[in-house]
Amino acid sequence: MSEEVKQREPLFSPKNKKLIFNPLSRENPITVQVLGICSALAVTAKLEPAFVMSLSVLVVLTAANVIISLLRNTIPTRIRIIVQLVIIASLVILVDQVLKAFAYDVSKQLSVFVGLIITNCIIMGRLEAFAMGNKPWPAFLDGIGNALGYGWILLTVAFFRELLGSGTIWNYPVMENLGLYEFGYKNNGFMILPPMALIVVGIIIWIQRSRDKELVEEN
Amino acid sequence: MKALRNYIDKIKPQFQKGGKFEKLESTFGAFETFLFVPDKVTFKGSHIRDAMDMKRMMIVVVVALIPALLFGMWNVGFQHYLSHGESVGFWDIFLFGFLKVLPIIIVSYVVGLGIEFAFAQIRGHEVNEGYLVTGMLIPLIVPPDIPLWMLTIAIVFAVVIGKEVFGGTGMNILNPALTARAFLFFAYPQDMSGDKVWIADKADAFSGATPLGDALVGNFENFQSASNMFYGLIPGSVGETSTIAILIGAVILLFTGIASWRVMLSVFVGGYLMGLIFNWAGANEYMNIPPYYHLIMGGFAFGAVFMATDPVTAAQTKKGMYIYGILIGMMAVLIRVVNPAYPEGMMLAILLMNVFAPLIDHYVIEANIKRRLKRIKVKA
Repeated sequence: MSEEVKQREPLFSPKNKKLIFNPLSRENPITVQVLGICSALAVTAKLEPAFVMSLSVLVVLTAANVIISLLRNTIPTRIRIIVQLVIIASLVILVDQVLKAFAYDVSKQLSVFVGLIITNCIIMGRLEAFAMGNKPWPAFLDGIGNALGYGWILLTVAFFRELLGSGTIWNYPVMENLGLYEFGYKNNGFMILPPMALIVVGIIIWIQRSRDKELVEEN
Repeated sequence: MKALRNYIDKIKPQFQKGGKFEKLESTFGAFETFLFVPDKVTFKGSHIRDAMDMKRMMIVVVVALIPALLFGMWNVGFQHYLSHGESVGFWDIFLFGFLKVLPIIIVSYVVGLGIEFAFAQIRGHEVNEGYLVTGMLIPLIVPPDIPLWMLTIAIVFAVVIGKEVFGGTGMNILNPALTARAFLFFAYPQDMSGDKVWIADKADAFSGATPLGDALVGNFENFQSASNMFYGLIPGSVGETSTIAILIGAVILLFTGIASWRVMLSVFVGGYLMGLIFNWAGANEYMNIPPYYHLIMGGFAFGAVFMATDPVTAAQTKKGMYIYGILIGMMAVLIRVVNPAYPEGMMLAILLMNVFAPLIDHYVIEANIKRRLKRIKVKA
């Protein structure tokens, strides 16, 4: 009898903490797994849309992870992808409607990219790799961790792109208030173009790998 | 000369392993090999080393650039005084241009070489020679009034992102000088295009449009004459206006065998061909200009002689060189005539073909292997 009372894992055991903190650095979805790049390039011209995008992904990814994890034993393997897609799509429609109702301007800036969360590789990847084989609570943490890992890269890229490309931080005119324009300073138009987002992500990857040698592939 | 050699030999041990300035070894090496041909000897394999090493090769390219540079300096002054309607002596004109261009050259070399030395130091390899040429090319392909801070950012971007991340000279995919220009072009379009920037301290009333700018908006009434374009008495980037000065450089490069005549020739042929095709189509006035105009307008000649032939970024196989060159020429004219956003297509054409050069080489080599395999089968 006593053997059946298994030691319950504490909610934030070291293993569970890893689920949140690893995706922030060593298993980052963007800089290490190189997933979700398309939206990282498209919505990072300014901080505000990048923040809203990260938030939407956080909601969708966490909810989808939990739902799939709850259903994991009932989903037939052969049709699992389509079941996952149905769930993601329903969640994305919800998020899209909420944005349209409460943050119409940002929703217009994000345009199709909210809808395209459905095809975001991070979400499909986490559902397949994690939620299908784990309990709801770890799946929940994994969703939060990966969405945060995605979010901080997006915000970092957006910070530099907005500061150097438009001279503002969250629409606050920093460069103008510093009086830099009077010295002949000009905003860098290249920063607003998507190629520069790719280069900024590349620089982040460069910095990360030169600090953490284990990420460097041998070939 | 002897004294210098002795001095270098005397301080050399301090820079080698265990010496006082061990960390500066690559910096020392760079200066030593810059001054003297390295005395390295081989121990196995081939024993003959050509005295013509990378540094000396690069210097020849810099020498080939000097006619274009000197003419460019003079033309900067000439265009300035022309726009103000003043007539002054030859030396005043040259001095004005010299003082305009000199800071650009200094910034270009100081910033670029600074980064090269820093990277060589961090990575512990020799300082690459490639920047000697890049540093001279950059001042020649920017407008004379370019703000120096913009130039600095562009050079940092070009050298770090365009070259060092790929592993330095010899590993880069894109031509670094053109990367710098492309960066400026997309980052600060108001300082890199239009008709305000091509003449230094232009008088407001004077139209400073380049022939390319005129052609794009269909302003053919006061179009510059072909001889003006050939000699280079037109507004434009510092070193690219004079076709004749560029041709002198081309002769030097071809005579010393540094640049590939295949690339150079096929770029011109490609541009001329595309001009002919547009003549044949003839949909608007720009398409109807004589094809040779395209070869002497804007940066076409400069790009063909000094940029497309860059041995690192060009195609390596002989057949590949023809394909690469012809496509550059055709692409450049195509962008010029058809795309209203880009008056000059040479920069984008060369960068695009830089990216495709390895692919072209791959298919040329594959085709060769296939052909030879077939020959074996027929015999058997």
